Amino acid sequence: MSEATGTKGERGLSPIEFEDLRRGHAQDPSYRGEHPEPRFFVTDEEVDEFGGKRMALNLGPQHPATHGTLRVMLELEGEKIASADTEIGYLHTGFEKSAEHMTYHQWITLTDRMNYMSAINNNVGYAIAVEELLGIEVPRRAQVLRVILCEITRIADHILCLGLQGMDMGAFSLMLWAFERRERIYDIIEAVTGARLTTSYTRIGGLFRDVPPDFPEMARTFGRDFPRFLDELEGMTIGNRIFEDRLRGTGRISPEDAVSWGLTGPILRACGVAYDVRKAKPYSGYERYDFDVPVREEGDSWGRYLQRIAEVRQSLRIIEQALGDLPDGPVNIDNKKIVLPEKGEVFDNIESLIHHFKLIMFGHGITPARGGEVYSATEAPNGELGFYIVSDGDMVPYKVRVRPPSLYNYAIFPKLIIGAMISDAVAVLSSLNIIAGELDR
Amino acid sequence: MPLLPDEILRRLSDRFGDKVRPGKSPGSGQVIALVAREHIRPILAHLRDDPELAFDFLVDVTAVDHLQLELPEMEGHRFAVVYILRSLRRNHIFEVKARVPEDDPVIPSVQDLWKSALWGEREAHDMYGIEFEGNPDMRRLLMPEDYPGFPLRKDYPLRGRGERDAFPQYRPPRISAGSGEAKETAP
Repeated sequence: MSEATGTKGERGLSPIEFEDLRRGHAQDPSYRGEHPEPRFFVTDEEVDEFGGKRMALNLGPQHPATHGTLRVMLELEGEKIASADTEIGYLHTGFEKSAEHMTYHQWITLTDRMNYMSAINNNVGYAIAVEELLGIEVPRRAQVLRVILCEITRIADHILCLGLQGMDMGAFSLMLWAFERRERIYDIIEAVTGARLTTSYTRIGGLFRDVPPDFPEMARTFGRDFPRFLDELEGMTIGNRIFEDRLRGTGRISPEDAVSWGLTGPILRACGVAYDVRKAKPYSGYERYDFDVPVREEGDSWGRYLQRIAEVRQSLRIIEQALGDLPDGPVNIDNKKIVLPEKGEVFDNIESLIHHFKLIMFGHGITPARGGEVYSATEAPNGELGFYIVSDGDMVPYKVRVRPPSLYNYAIFPKLIIGAMISDAVAVLSSLNIIAGELDR
Repeated sequence: MPLLPDEILRRLSDRFGDKVRPGKSPGSGQVIALVAREHIRPILAHLRDDPELAFDFLVDVTAVDHLQLELPEMEGHRFAVVYILRSLRRNHIFEVKARVPEDDPVIPSVQDLWKSALWGEREAHDMYGIEFEGNPDMRRLLMPEDYPGFPLRKDYPLRGRGERDAFPQYRPPRISAGSGEAKETAP
């Protein structure tokens, strides 16, 4: 009988196993609990296995309600949350460190992986930041296409959040409906970018390619059919006693708190603060479109739910107007030191071949001035997505900092759920729409 | 009415004199106020509380490691802590930078002025090892608790210094055929 089996017998399968599970790899026979004490909520006498007054509960990192790898550590009194703490970083990938070793163009592919629900918004945000750093402006057609695609992606992101909210409240069909609609949106995105999820559609100085000729028709059909889905969604949920009761009054945020904690996007606007980057500091020609910034006063999960529906309707308005004034012309600026030349020219023309080679091999013209820096913000579906870029005059950025909306939206989460029930924590978490990819980067 | 960044900088200079050093980024033209770390709290508090400036929203806190980018305005300091401020009431935006030396990377926290600094400072601490004095929660945010390095410092290599191998690892037990009994693997 090996020593390992002996210890296993001693431990048995009592609830005390729980204690060991916290300390590392309890299934490892050689394991003695020598792993450093993990940071945990208040342990000690209060949390006294299952007989005591308070119980510790881990919500996540692997839990269906977290929609990703988030860990929420709860301390419970009965079913009430007495204290809560969060731990993030499970998806930390080091995007910002990678950026310091990649050229400006190469890093576009990594922006897809941050908010993978709305990759085009990230592509556009990053491209605009680098363009501001270089002091260039993309042609009008590229700007309008960016606006249309951003709004289409915003709708995809919002309806997924709405559907998942339904799933967490027990309305599973809502989630299936939303997914079915989102697939239609991905069909459009696939026709335009060639990919469904990781689009990498923008380039510094324009777009990867022009849209297919039938794109305006596809987008119009989508805009015409979509309001019916929204009506169905509202019909399913508004007035539904279970759904409303679970959302109303949970996770209420006051406007002062929302501003102080740095919340942005639908969450901030659901607290009664009418702030939207598209209105406050318009980019890509958003000032040309007539749309409202919907605001709700509730500040709770129910308010956030209705807020997203209202914002989808505004996005549809923007798409319709933008399709109306989609101009002809190039989608890239006329500067071969920044944008790759056409493939046909590369084969026929030695100058274009050299430009192509230098851009691919050395990054070439995208070398912002030494010491130059910029903070540029765009309105992503979750809120203000900022890029802070510092250049040292080289072809790779000296520093790239992403200001992800989810990071600041999630910081307030423990404060919202203390004193609530466990099931409220699930409702609040899904109404915040935390995307772990951009939270941890 | 929104104020232009140059105007905000002029007002700051009027109020604080040579404690504020004006800066302008080449290329993008972004206006920056450079300050020493001793003055960061009064200056940020003034930016927040002055009714004409009214910066009620701290967008982001981050840091820059100037190890390989020596600029005259850094005056030999290695780190710069960057505060991006926005006024929702007045709709203007401004950037403040504080210099922090390498041998004593400490700067006062502003978490009592804006709560969003809680996690912004925590991440800057995690990635650059800068201590924010007065922030009650200086645990690491993204990296593991027992991680030894600060990954976004410029002298930290892209692939790490072998910390991955130094972590305690779980090795699955080898199951010998027939007995069904787990045995420990040979080291």
